[in-house]
Amino acid sequence: MSAGSVAGPRGIDPRDVALWLWRELRIGVPIGLVAATFVSVMFNDPFGRTLVYSWCIGLSIQLLIEAGRYGLAAWMRPGDPGNVALREHWPGWRWMLPWSVGAAVVGYYSGSLLADAITGGHYTHSPFGNLRALSLILMLSLGLTLAAVWFFYSRSRMLTLQTLTEAAQRSAAESQLKLLQSQLEPHMLFNTLANLRVLIATDPTRAQAMLDRLISFLRATLSASRSGSHALADEFAHLGDYLALMAVRMGPRLAVHVDLPDALRALPVPPLLLQPLVENCIHHALEPKVQGGRIDLSAARDGDTLVLRVRDTGIGLSQAPPGNGTKFGLRQVRERLATLYGTRASLTLEEASSDEGGTLATVRLPLQQSAS
Amino acid sequence: MTVRALIAEDEPLLLEGLRAELRTAWPELEVVAAVPDGDSALQQALQQRPEVCFLDIRMPGSSGLEVAQALAEDWPEGEPFPLLVFISAYDQYALQAFEAQAVDYIVKPVQPERLAACVQRLRARLSERAASGGPLPQTLEQLRALLAAPAGAAPAARLEVIQASAGNTVHMVPVDEVVYFEAADKYVRVITADKEHLIRISLKDLLPQLDGQRFWQVHRGTVVRARSIASAVRHESGKVTLTLRERPERLTASRLYAHLFKGM
Repeated sequence: MSAGSVAGPRGIDPRDVALWLWRELRIGVPIGLVAATFVSVMFNDPFGRTLVYSWCIGLSIQLLIEAGRYGLAAWMRPGDPGNVALREHWPGWRWMLPWSVGAAVVGYYSGSLLADAITGGHYTHSPFGNLRALSLILMLSLGLTLAAVWFFYSRSRMLTLQTLTEAAQRSAAESQLKLLQSQLEPHMLFNTLANLRVLIATDPTRAQAMLDRLISFLRATLSASRSGSHALADEFAHLGDYLALMAVRMGPRLAVHVDLPDALRALPVPPLLLQPLVENCIHHALEPKVQGGRIDLSAARDGDTLVLRVRDTGIGLSQAPPGNGTKFGLRQVRERLATLYGTRASLTLEEASSDEGGTLATVRLPLQQSAS
Repeated sequence: MTVRALIAEDEPLLLEGLRAELRTAWPELEVVAAVPDGDSALQQALQQRPEVCFLDIRMPGSSGLEVAQALAEDWPEGEPFPLLVFISAYDQYALQAFEAQAVDYIVKPVQPERLAACVQRLRARLSERAASGGPLPQTLEQLRALLAAPAGAAPAARLEVIQASAGNTVHMVPVDEVVYFEAADKYVRVITADKEHLIRISLKDLLPQLDGQRFWQVHRGTVVRARSIASAVRHESGKVTLTLRERPERLTASRLYAHLFKGM
């Protein structure tokens, strides 16, 4: 995609070289044309000869600029491998400005001598000849050089931005997919379907109710990965669907208690933020406990902070074996909070302080900009 | 001829569902025990001595695989060992392992054709089964392979020092000094040549942190330092009694681990 692919590890592809040359020449050739027209009008020189000089000088300068750009970027890259601009062959103005001035002077003389050799003439201005004409020509070549470098800079910058944008899009898509995968856990899905299959034969009314729950659970899960926020009431309704499915599966081993004050119902929250926490309660706290237990969901307002609590009466943090997968869900919630709110939001996990035991997860969000 | 069965499944609807499906697929089958957790499964199976056990993999208490292990170890000598059928909703690693070991299993949701095929296999196995007691060598081999393949878990870091707290003191016990570990409910007893400590971790979670070359599991509840084993005496039942260098007590190695003790 960029000229850099010329030096790919699989050797040099002639098509890449041609593409690179075309990209270079379509800058240098028109600039030479402009310069030749300008000079032939200014000094009343024949256009054809001036064009040869102008192209020789222009392309020499371009060659020097590009050598410096690629060379400096390649030389600096090992010391700064993460720098995307260097990967797109832009070493920075600090290096390129002095290099361009040098390239303009050196390129002017070497290109001029080359044109002398081609045309057989002696039109290279001596540095001690017509100072006015010489300085004018040098100014012109310097100005055009800087314009060309500016063009290269813009192109590198555009490619850099494009690379960064693509990387960001990829990582967003990946985390979205991960979220979706974690929410549609196959074990949960197949077990739910197995229960549904039994209910269809034994209790069609309950089967329908369960299917409705499953449908709205799936709908919310799929749309959540696309939308940025939804109302707290929707969040609780979704958790309600999930827990209703679990209640069918676990029977009397699961009890649920929900506390959502009316004043907080419409507040926007990131979709399915609490889902991993509730899943942790089921998988790691209640399912392993023979007699089961209860999950309490609650929302409260503390000044300008929204406090969401997920508490279970399961086996508790100290009983749960280490590294059993709770960390993935917690990390996911923490990452989402950090991306959306920075340090203004938090998730804490602690032993629930009551006789019933279990675990308490607390999420704190800023109230004002919840809808980012 | 009726066949007696046990079903262990923690989800009540699925338990009833499987029972109903089995009524159609295998009318001679009589479900003598239907239990919702691993510990009751073990207890009921040892009490009722069914000929077939349907064991859910994920259950509270002990998992289906742990129940199978305990059954293989505790099944009385002279009694025919039950056929084991595992039940799983979705567990790639487990299903792969079952497939590899030719172990019978049922996938949830249970589909009638697949259940019928499974029942046919079980019937054939029951009719050709030898009347001799205890688990067959082939069954032990299968279980060993299943137990040796933990579900895709990353290897844990090696433990060098055991930190055992007693009151306000934490005793630092170098792992090398431990003669054996013994499971005690949710705890593990750590026994050295002259002391005994209690740590709050299950043997299952401790095991991956120990060097398998130096510490051998010889029973679902016992892990012993190989260097401390003085002698091993094999019994008719397939069990092995171990004497220790540093301790007077004897340990028992179960049928599942008896193969570790063979003359060179």
